[in-house]
Amino acid sequence: MILDRIRGGRFDSGLLPAEKFHAPTVSVIGIMTFAMMVVAAAGLALSNAAGLVVQASANRYVVELPAGAAGQLPRALSAARSNGAVIEATPVPENEMRRTLERWIGEGAASPDLPVPALITLKLAAGADTAAIGAKIRDAVPAARLIAESGELKPLLRSIRSLQWLALALVLLMSVAAGAAVVLASRGALDTHRPTIDIMHGIGATDRQLTRLFERKIALDALAGAALGAVAAAAVVLLVIGSAPAFAGDFGAGAPLDLFDGLILALVPLAVIGLATLVARWTLLRALRAAL
Amino acid sequence: MARRRRLCDKPPGDVGRARLSAIVQFESVGLRYGTGAEVLKDLDFSLRGGGFYFLAGASGAGKTSLLKLLYLAQRPTRGRISLFGEDLNETPRDALPRLRRRIGVVFQDFRLIRHLSAYDNVALPLRIAGRDEADVQSSVREMLEWVGLGDRAGARPATLSGGEQQRVAIARAVITQPDLLVADEPTGNVDSEMAKRLLHLFAALNEFGTTVVVATHDLGLIASNPAAELMRLDSGTLVDPTGLLRNPPSPAQQEARS
Repeated sequence: MILDRIRGGRFDSGLLPAEKFHAPTVSVIGIMTFAMMVVAAAGLALSNAAGLVVQASANRYVVELPAGAAGQLPRALSAARSNGAVIEATPVPENEMRRTLERWIGEGAASPDLPVPALITLKLAAGADTAAIGAKIRDAVPAARLIAESGELKPLLRSIRSLQWLALALVLLMSVAAGAAVVLASRGALDTHRPTIDIMHGIGATDRQLTRLFERKIALDALAGAALGAVAAAAVVLLVIGSAPAFAGDFGAGAPLDLFDGLILALVPLAVIGLATLVARWTLLRALRAAL
Repeated sequence: MARRRRLCDKPPGDVGRARLSAIVQFESVGLRYGTGAEVLKDLDFSLRGGGFYFLAGASGAGKTSLLKLLYLAQRPTRGRISLFGEDLNETPRDALPRLRRRIGVVFQDFRLIRHLSAYDNVALPLRIAGRDEADVQSSVREMLEWVGLGDRAGARPATLSGGEQQRVAIARAVITQPDLLVADEPTGNVDSEMAKRLLHLFAALNEFGTTVVVATHDLGLIASNPAAELMRLDSGTLVDPTGLLRNPPSPAQQEARS
């Protein structure tokens, strides 16, 4: 049906002057498609990153021993390992802790006067009773605290989710802007071809027949713009994916976008063409109804 | 099809005369543009199916406005118009294209679509009506031949003379053999020979049952068809000295007249 509309029939052919693509409409739709795809790609990549963060922090806990209790690390380690639900318990070496602190406070981190807590990272079995594990460790070292990594990452996840919503809002806003551009293009086309429309109305053309003429032209403009925008956006997205390892950081594995994401992105230009065609039809029908 | 093939021949004279009931009825119709004065006032008349009418009047008398009401380019600001038995006050907008397809219009300024060839301009009403292309092709070729433009089918309006454009406009108006033909000064740009041929075409259509309304200043044209009824507009008011318009003759009277 869309192809029929684009191809046009005998009635449609030649009724409007054979002009080339309407450059402003093509440009606006191209830019909007490009921006929508890039923003959507960013949103999807953020979603994937959030997934990776959640996955990486799932069932991961940290036992923190305050600086004064750092000497009791072996007892806490042994208490943790004695629980069957603890798959892995790894003490974080003090020098690694100090190296981490050095990023924030400089060379002072190496000073023995600086109290540094002792840490043990735990990997638990799924569904492990964390309260029991915590209680057992506290039995061994009362000052110990069992902290879920996911709890520490909540603010980061919140930020990622906010950015995702922002991306979605931007995509919607750009859809509205693209729609507005189509409204203006449709009205412009009607004004330009008003004499032809009046003649055709006068000899019995229906609003639907007239709308189809313009709809076809605008769909072709949208097709050209969406194709250009999509090619440019695909190039940018592929370039960014090529540099993905640099962004992956500590979370490591996985490309920022997978095949399913690619499919969603491929739907964006199609959605733009569909939106443009629908908005054009709505605008044209409304405008034509204003005449007798 | 048979009806169309014979359209360009001399009319048989016994076809279509039976359609004598009123297809257009104006009751207390008034028209004003915007907040201006009324350009048409208290029009009360009816046009019978198969009638031939000349509409005369000085410039500014309201001829074109009356024609606009007839070909549904305007709605009256007051009164009631009935067309083909449908009360236009009650007719939804979506139904107007169906009525317009039964009306052929020859505009004073031709109103050809400038980027279409003569052929495509003439073919337009048929394509709008959804006729198949083979039918369109034969009808348009025949019609263009008849108006003497068979060899100019591919020409754009800008390359045609005023008279040729008018003939294309006339061909476009009559190609569907409308029930009502409305022509605004149709012979204004053609020579006397072509004017005669056009009148012959209108008469042929009329014989086949088309109601013809021709607005003209051309007294020769009016005189050439004494059987036609004359409507005269004066300052937006219909002058009807014979009373024929207000009281259309019965079918029997009409038969007797013809």
